[in-house]
Amino acid sequence: MLKDITLGQYFPGNSPIHRLDPRTKLVLLVAYIVALFLAVSWVSYAVMLVFLISVIAVSGVPPKSFFKGMKPLVFILVFTGVLNLFFTRGETVLLEVGFIVITLEGLARAIMMLSRILMLVTGTFLLTYTTSPIALTDGLESLLSPLKKIRVPVHELSMMMCIALRFIPTLIEETDKIMSAQKARGADFESGKLMERVRALIPILVPLFISAFRRADELATAMECRCYQGGEGRTKMKLLHYKRRDFFAFGIGVVLVAVICVLRRFGL
Amino acid sequence: MNTAISVEHLAYTYPGVDNTPGVTVFEDLNLRIEEGSFVAILGGNGCGKSTLAKHFNAILLPCGGKVWVYGMDTSDEDKRIAVRRSAGMVFQNPDNQIVANVVEEDVAFGPENLGIASPEIRRRVNQALTQVGMYEYREHAPHLLSGGQKQRVAIAGIIAMEPKCIVLDEPTAMLDPRGRREVMETVTRLNREKNITIVLITHHMDEAAKAQRVIVLNQGKIAADGTPEAVFSQVELLHGIGLASPDTVELCWELNQQGFALPLDSLDPEECAQILYNAVKI
Repeated sequence: MLKDITLGQYFPGNSPIHRLDPRTKLVLLVAYIVALFLAVSWVSYAVMLVFLISVIAVSGVPPKSFFKGMKPLVFILVFTGVLNLFFTRGETVLLEVGFIVITLEGLARAIMMLSRILMLVTGTFLLTYTTSPIALTDGLESLLSPLKKIRVPVHELSMMMCIALRFIPTLIEETDKIMSAQKARGADFESGKLMERVRALIPILVPLFISAFRRADELATAMECRCYQGGEGRTKMKLLHYKRRDFFAFGIGVVLVAVICVLRRFGL
Repeated sequence: MNTAISVEHLAYTYPGVDNTPGVTVFEDLNLRIEEGSFVAILGGNGCGKSTLAKHFNAILLPCGGKVWVYGMDTSDEDKRIAVRRSAGMVFQNPDNQIVANVVEEDVAFGPENLGIASPEIRRRVNQALTQVGMYEYREHAPHLLSGGQKQRVAIAGIIAMEPKCIVLDEPTAMLDPRGRREVMETVTRLNREKNITIVLITHHMDEAAKAQRVIVLNQGKIAADGTPEAVFSQVELLHGIGLASPDTVELCWELNQQGFALPLDSLDPEECAQILYNAVKI
């Protein structure tokens, strides 16, 4: 059951989006988010949507996977929608039942907020779906490396992220094993009230933590044996290079933000 | 022949926690491992074999005496990286020594730490993966591989640093028979073809039988040292410290207890069968 968990799932592929430099994709995502928050009118939202859909089409990632990824967000989406729908004051009243007042402005605002969140999340998914975790960490490390000057441990952070990603499947497997072992001895994880179920998880967490610490210790020794001494003097096998398509993508990003700014300027 | 690793009057005590006394593992251990040899270190649990292995790599430092790796003192802090570069180490649990989530990235980890230029790392990674027979798996995620494959990736990660010596601390303890065979074949091939010194710590007798020299440790002291044939024929001594000889030798020994006079140096089942055949032929 735990095997179904997908974290930052990556769809291997060879589309132009996949082949972009991870740094390009990260910068583009930031530009996209900025544009999204600058967008104030239906026209600019439409522009953003067209952009998003065309990028998804080029990437070749099955659209279904985006909906799957949205599932955990349903609560936030509904919450935001309802809040905006009921609590936006406006002049054109659509419906009035007791203290509930729904206005046209409220409806418009709710739809706008929802599409903003949906587009934001979809864009982020697109990054993780088309970029392998290791490329992503490499890209982040490279983009953040100027921060080393002000003593931000960039290499250490990216190493930690990389190791965390590496150990997620291992720890999931281990959790499965511990759960099976506990079930074999009569533990019950599936029935009972919420509190009882939470309490039933403690006997899983304790051995899991102990084993994780032991693993960490062994991994540290193994890393030391392989001459790891931190980021200083370290080289990389795969060097990141900007190619022509990256500059092209940067160009598209600049155009997108510019278009949204111009539209905003004209009140659209 | 040159000496790869030399242990002189090694003493080591694990520090105690709080006020409890520490555990003394070695008091005065002397050992010399020749370059290009394949040495197996055998012993029961708690005899100090893993502790000894950690001294070959400067993970543990001697409390007394010296450990020399290719002429470098392991307690010399400036030489630590050079020591680790010459004597690579493979551990028991393959899961806990793989750092990256792509096979080739993991193999590249060592050379990257050494600050080698990118094209050279690529060459070494490809070569190391070919040597352990995992080249086709270079883009796989390690957690999807079998135990034997993972351990071979771990070995490739060490070979990519181009060490002169590889210390393996019970590399097959967590593997199934097939994985064990894969790892043992890889190790023997590296020794034969690349002339890499192999120090194999194990408690599997049949693995030790493949070495050129077997050292038996008991309570921090060397109980036996010699060719596999010479060591395993000392059946009573091995029994006395809770070990057993390979099955072929054990069989001949049992028969000798019943009045036969068989030689105790057959480590190969075929050879053993021949001996038995000759004994009952008349």
